[in-house]
Amino acid sequence: MAATADGAGGDGVTRRDFLEYAAGGMGAVGAAAAGWALIDNMNPAADVLALSTTEVDLEAIEPGQSITVVWQKKPVFVRRRTEAEIRDAEDTPLDSLPDPMADTDRVQKAEWLILVGVCTHLGCIPLGQKDTDEKGEYGGWFCPCHGSHYDTSGRIRKGPAPENLPVPPYRFLDDTRILIG
Amino acid sequence: MAAPKFENPIVRWIDYRLPVFTFMHHEMHEYPTPKNLNYWWNFGSLAGFMLIVMILTGIMLAMHYTPHVDHAFDSVERIRRDVPFGWLIQFIHMNGASFFFILVYIHIFRGLYYGSYKSPREILWILGVVILLLMMATAFMGYVLPWGQMSFWGATVITNLFSAIPLVGEHIVSWLWGGFAVDNATLNRFYSLHYLLPFVIVGVVVLHVVALHTHGSNNPLGIELRGKQDSIPFHPYYTIKDMFGLGLFLTIFCLFVFFAPDYLGHPDNYVPANPLVTPPHIVPEWYFLPFFAILRAIPDKLLGVVAMFAAIAVLFILPWLDRSPVRSARFRPIYKQVFWLLVLDCLVLGYIGSQPAEGWYIHIGRLATIYYFAHFFVILPLLSVFERPRPLPLSIGEPVLGGGSSPPAGGGGAGAMERA
Repeated sequence: MAATADGAGGDGVTRRDFLEYAAGGMGAVGAAAAGWALIDNMNPAADVLALSTTEVDLEAIEPGQSITVVWQKKPVFVRRRTEAEIRDAEDTPLDSLPDPMADTDRVQKAEWLILVGVCTHLGCIPLGQKDTDEKGEYGGWFCPCHGSHYDTSGRIRKGPAPENLPVPPYRFLDDTRILIG
Repeated sequence: MAAPKFENPIVRWIDYRLPVFTFMHHEMHEYPTPKNLNYWWNFGSLAGFMLIVMILTGIMLAMHYTPHVDHAFDSVERIRRDVPFGWLIQFIHMNGASFFFILVYIHIFRGLYYGSYKSPREILWILGVVILLLMMATAFMGYVLPWGQMSFWGATVITNLFSAIPLVGEHIVSWLWGGFAVDNATLNRFYSLHYLLPFVIVGVVVLHVVALHTHGSNNPLGIELRGKQDSIPFHPYYTIKDMFGLGLFLTIFCLFVFFAPDYLGHPDNYVPANPLVTPPHIVPEWYFLPFFAILRAIPDKLLGVVAMFAAIAVLFILPWLDRSPVRSARFRPIYKQVFWLLVLDCLVLGYIGSQPAEGWYIHIGRLATIYYFAHFFVILPLLSVFERPRPLPLSIGEPVLGGGSSPPAGGGGAGAMERA
């Protein structure tokens, strides 16, 4: 078949077809790029990302005491664990845990347990920071919203939460100060 | 239908160029409506009225509200205490949300009882479910705006539902929040969307009404109209009936607005939001309680979220789950009973949703959840096959006018028209 005025090749594809696909394709790429800007626009902004570290002074915390600090607008639990609490956490057999993780993998110094204090179920703040709070059946934290129990390593033991309380990234600046984030 | 003759020359001049008056005459005046509609058919127009009330009061509130975590709570309190009639407009808007849901839920159960979702009204029904979903999103975001404890923790719990999505869940949640927790960015976008979505609802309502007017209203007998004698013009017969129902509704609504404005709310929302303290007992607004109960009935996080959304999504496919050719429950002896069981089941789920998730409440919640889905996925398909419906009347006039085997529908219907 001879080339037509449209420039059709032997397979019936015309130059016009090419132009239509190319133009349509470029239009789709443009629309996707614009759409990406609109979607990404809703992600955390630079000033929100900038608030990414928090320094904590540990000096005043007695054994058995907890404090709550704010990191990235979320509460972070800092608990100075007692010998008994550490033993409880370390002696728990891993196969009894819904989300198995050894206590030694969750702390840098056994005495200091640092956790993001947000229930992994639906984001409530578990109780257990104050002496008067209910600490749940495993002596750690108890989430009042839907009844999740966490142990003295912040691991989920009972209830609807699927995962352990997360350990935020942190490092010891010296013996009595940590930097979270 | 012939174009109506208008007396007013200005109306005639406009109508010749833009036939809005002809359109209104067709759709709101002579629109043929089944003559046997009962008061359950009032709730659609009542819901439409409530949508307008919510938009009007919402626009007024937006003139005084400040969407910022430091000022939102105080600005709502200022509306109530200092702004002229702010208390009234805020109470109407706040209670209006609850009453909007009451109206729409009754409207939905009306549709379920009389089979209004069946052919040829499937798209009409589906558009209604879309409106329900949009209403839920709008109400949820509106509840966040006063920035009380329930606002904050409701927003936290509901947005966290999306973290159940595998792999990308956490990213989606932080995208929804615009940060690492519910915060100012979240409040601002919720305000923006809370203002937008009602107008989207208006758009879908227009489609809903277009679909309705294509085949006309269903009716309590669930049978087709046999001719002109089975219908009456919308105006004045149903406009006046709707106005009477509106009067009754507004009486009840005003009782709440003026005498018990906080009855349907939660006292914790008068405590300013505190991101570090979760209230001991978080519950959503009452109209979400049945879905909240389904969420909590399932011990797995992801499956719980899926079940909660499925509880609404099942309504989309309802026209294809219920294959019975008979629409109205009046002629379906078994369906009539399981319908009321479903109503009871939803009330039980609502009660369970308001209670803490412990002890017997968990078991009852699970049974009620199973029954809810069994109604749609087991009972309705089985009834379509095994239920023996009672004989349908030949026409809308027959049950009233009698007539037995020789159908006098034409003559009888015409007589009714004359009397009307």
